[in-house]
Amino acid sequence: MKPKPGEPGDRELRVKRITNGTVIDHITAGQALNVLRILGITDRPEEVVSVVMNVSDRKKDIVKIEGRELKPEEVDKIALISPDATINIIRDYEVVEKHEVILPSQIEGVVRCINQNCITNTDEPVKPRFVICRGERVELHCVYCGSVIADRIADFLI
Amino acid sequence: MQHVIRIHDFSRDEIDRILDRAAELEPVAHTGSSDALSGRILATLFYEPSTRTRLSFDVAMKRLGGDVIDLGAVETSSAVKGENLADTISVISGYADAIVLRHPKEGAARMASEFSSVPVINAGDGAGQHPTQTLLDLYTIRKEGKLNKAKIAFVGDLKYGRTVHSLAHALSLYGADIYLVSPDQLKMSDLMKDALIESGTEIVETAEIDDVIDVVDVLYMTRIQKERFPDPNEYHSVVGSYRITKETLKDVKDNLIIMHPLPRVNEIDPEVDASRHAMYFRQSFYGVPVRMAILSMVM
Ligand SMILES: [Zn+2]
Repeated sequence: MKPKPGEPGDRELRVKRITNGTVIDHITAGQALNVLRILGITDRPEEVVSVVMNVSDRKKDIVKIEGRELKPEEVDKIALISPDATINIIRDYEVVEKHEVILPSQIEGVVRCINQNCITNTDEPVKPRFVICRGERVELHCVYCGSVIADRIADFLI
Repeated sequence: MQHVIRIHDFSRDEIDRILDRAAELEPVAHTGSSDALSGRILATLFYEPSTRTRLSFDVAMKRLGGDVIDLGAVETSSAVKGENLADTISVISGYADAIVLRHPKEGAARMASEFSSVPVINAGDGAGQHPTQTLLDLYTIRKEGKLNKAKIAFVGDLKYGRTVHSLAHALSLYGADIYLVSPDQLKMSDLMKDALIESGTEIVETAEIDDVIDVVDVLYMTRIQKERFPDPNEYHSVVGSYRITKETLKDVKDNLIIMHPLPRVNEIDPEVDASRHAMYFRQSFYGVPVRMAILSMVM
């Protein structure tokens, strides 16, 4: 019999539970691939990675990474595009740690500057770096040229 | 004080200290010489021409008894041709005690400061910052008018002009009332106005000089560039209405000062030059004591 959505059996069908690793849950629907970009997981990852998008009625994406426990500073960048995401560290099928993503105060090498004439958009050996300000919305201030990225941050992911 | 990259990096106290030092050094800037920086070497590195700024640094360093190595026009200099800025800075900072940098890319000075083992002074990075211009503007206002709670009108291109943006920010530290006078196409951005208002600055916006000229203490004129207008006729009509003549000045305050970052095109009629209000040539000269102050504080 087909399990109802949301029941364990249903989850089982879509993605196997992972033994050890990280589950990133509550990703804003449609942002899962950007999450992988932020984590530097490219088309040939060493780990087993599962991506579930548009999880039925919940309108969220999920990313599971087998065999790798992501560090908080790695995952906090996800808050840029998905502020409600949660990180679950799994060991031996059990969730041993769970926390929400926290916006870091600075990010480096994750987003490129919106200003075409910025020194970070040249061949100079410098990584784009931003100070993150959080008021009503998330704003990225370029440390070098002072430009501000506030909308469509995902468009500027490197 | 280490690097001088953006005026925003300085508090009001720090700015006051620089202006105080400039006042002490002004007599030396006129005629004298000092050995305060004797044995020190300043490198000037200009990736785009700005003869006025370069000369002003050169004179400032020499008045203080120091030496200047100038890399000349960088585009043609074999020393740095084809080399990236980061490498050039790493090399030059081994030769000199401080570096003055002008570069067409925004953020260049900040990056340079990360590769330099000696202080970097930003002499303009693209449309970004030019902090020594702002400091000499502040010095002029303090010396020839009043800096605290000044009423200042910025006239002309308030959208692209970096001089205006930096000076308006700095004046917000001194409780200024700011009058923005520009054609519709060249108004200051909302982002920048919001930042000024947030800092407690009063802002009045208008398209007519006549609305403000009789109430302000400082009239800060800027160039309106032809390239900003798709239609040349529109350019000519706009430029005509933002021109200062003797006639424009007939009802102004006695102590009004007129400033301009120079070079001017025709924003100010030459017949105004002889008036007691005209301060732009003196303003340009004040670049020397202000840059002397900065050099003496970083080395
Ligand atoms: Zn930038």
